[in-house]
Amino acid sequence: MFSLEGVTNFIHTWLNNTFNPTLALLFEFVIVGLSVITLFAVLGLVLVLMERKVSAYMQIRLGPNRVGYKGSLQTVADTLKLAMKEGLTPDGADKFLFNLAPFVVMIVAMLIMAPIPFAKGFQMWDLNIGVLYVSAVSSVSVIGILMAGWASNNKYSLLGAMRSGAQIVSYELSAGLSIISIVVLTGSLQISDIIASQQNGWWIFKGHIPALISFVIFIIAVTAETNRAPFDLAEAESELTAGFHTEYSGMKFALFFLAEYVNIFIVCSIGAILFLGGWMPLHIGHWQGFNHVMDYVPSSIWFMGKVFFLIFVIMWFRWTFPRLRIDQLLNLEWKYLLPISMFNLLLMTLVAIMGWHF
Amino acid sequence: MFLKDYISDIFNAVKSLLTGMRRTGYYFTHHKEIITQQYPDTKQILPERFRGEVIMLHDENNEHACTGCTACELACPNATIKIVTKFDVSPEGKKKKALDTFVYHLELCTMCNLCIVACPTDAIKMAQTFEHSVFDRSLLTKKLNKPGSKIRDGVE
Repeated sequence: MFSLEGVTNFIHTWLNNTFNPTLALLFEFVIVGLSVITLFAVLGLVLVLMERKVSAYMQIRLGPNRVGYKGSLQTVADTLKLAMKEGLTPDGADKFLFNLAPFVVMIVAMLIMAPIPFAKGFQMWDLNIGVLYVSAVSSVSVIGILMAGWASNNKYSLLGAMRSGAQIVSYELSAGLSIISIVVLTGSLQISDIIASQQNGWWIFKGHIPALISFVIFIIAVTAETNRAPFDLAEAESELTAGFHTEYSGMKFALFFLAEYVNIFIVCSIGAILFLGGWMPLHIGHWQGFNHVMDYVPSSIWFMGKVFFLIFVIMWFRWTFPRLRIDQLLNLEWKYLLPISMFNLLLMTLVAIMGWHF
Repeated sequence: MFLKDYISDIFNAVKSLLTGMRRTGYYFTHHKEIITQQYPDTKQILPERFRGEVIMLHDENNEHACTGCTACELACPNATIKIVTKFDVSPEGKKKKALDTFVYHLELCTMCNLCIVACPTDAIKMAQTFEHSVFDRSLLTKKLNKPGSKIRDGVE
């Protein structure tokens, strides 16, 4: 059966047999870096096309349908257009910070890729504080956004960046608390442990209602953290033209745009790892036959399927709900999500201590 | 009491959000609802009262119903219509005012429909055409009555 683990093991042994260990490690770094960059490019193309198609069908439209088969090459054409555009730097802008900001946002997205297992045994870095690492690094992206907003020397950009800062700092809390509620169940921060603990069922099924509540809170919080509608105040096309990336053009804008979609992919894969079992196939109790059939589907397909399902849900939010006002946004976090997730964490602790989960 | 309001708030919010998601989910799965018309490829369906441009109705004998009363010219808010009249001489030697040229400036027209409403004999109406772009501005000044046309008998 095809597995990505086999491919990586083959490359690893081949490199170690051909070169000395140091050189082999360096080659592996290069290969991993190139694959991450390729993944980013592919994700950008696929997710933007998916978003445009999903939004079109939800608004009773057709969406892109001219370039390629049913518009499948539309995003390639868009990328070409962006690559050929001039990357303007405004006159009054802080040149250094202005040019640095898109790379900060992009590098943060790349760093979070490290502990994500895309398939069984296909993981860059299985560090023992994986979940903590993800939530810590993901909050660095707000620095990139603030940098972009401040350096643009533009009122709209600054407003968008400040809103984004308030929003990400607030929603980090409830996202963190809902992550902790799963950590309470597994007793480990290591991502491979969390996935291994879902061998006999995913936490969203095993953890009863508290897991369901923390899943819903997690989805809401990460929607806010990635600055997507209904929490897209940082961009808010109708109010702030484009928020923090108003002044960006060409490839620098494309980097922000790409980082947004890669961030969606990342938070959805974290959601899939914590609540939907990562690459674990769907197993139902003692139905041996069913479980065996599910095992034949490669683990990479399981992972991608779950992640794309969550991405679809988040897109569904975006094209259904109206945008919140800034005070409503902070009310939602501080008056509703945070108390609920704290109470939920207590409940989850009780469930874990009493062993009520399956 | 506070807690009850708080929980009912959350419940109602979730319920209304789910209602909205059900609607968009329905549209996502039912592609036959799509209202996009792929314009150059398919024949477009326009509403009955779509206002494209003013035309004058002519019957098969090349006769129209315009008496040259200039009611439309007076009704027009931005001087889109200019009526040029002439005097027809009947066989009995009586002179009668009649339409000579109905000049219509499409480039000035806002499609407000006031001329159509003002017309006492229903001689003009709004057409369904909308592809009005031309390379020369002078082509937008139109003569609505066809050459050689005359007023229909019995229209006063």
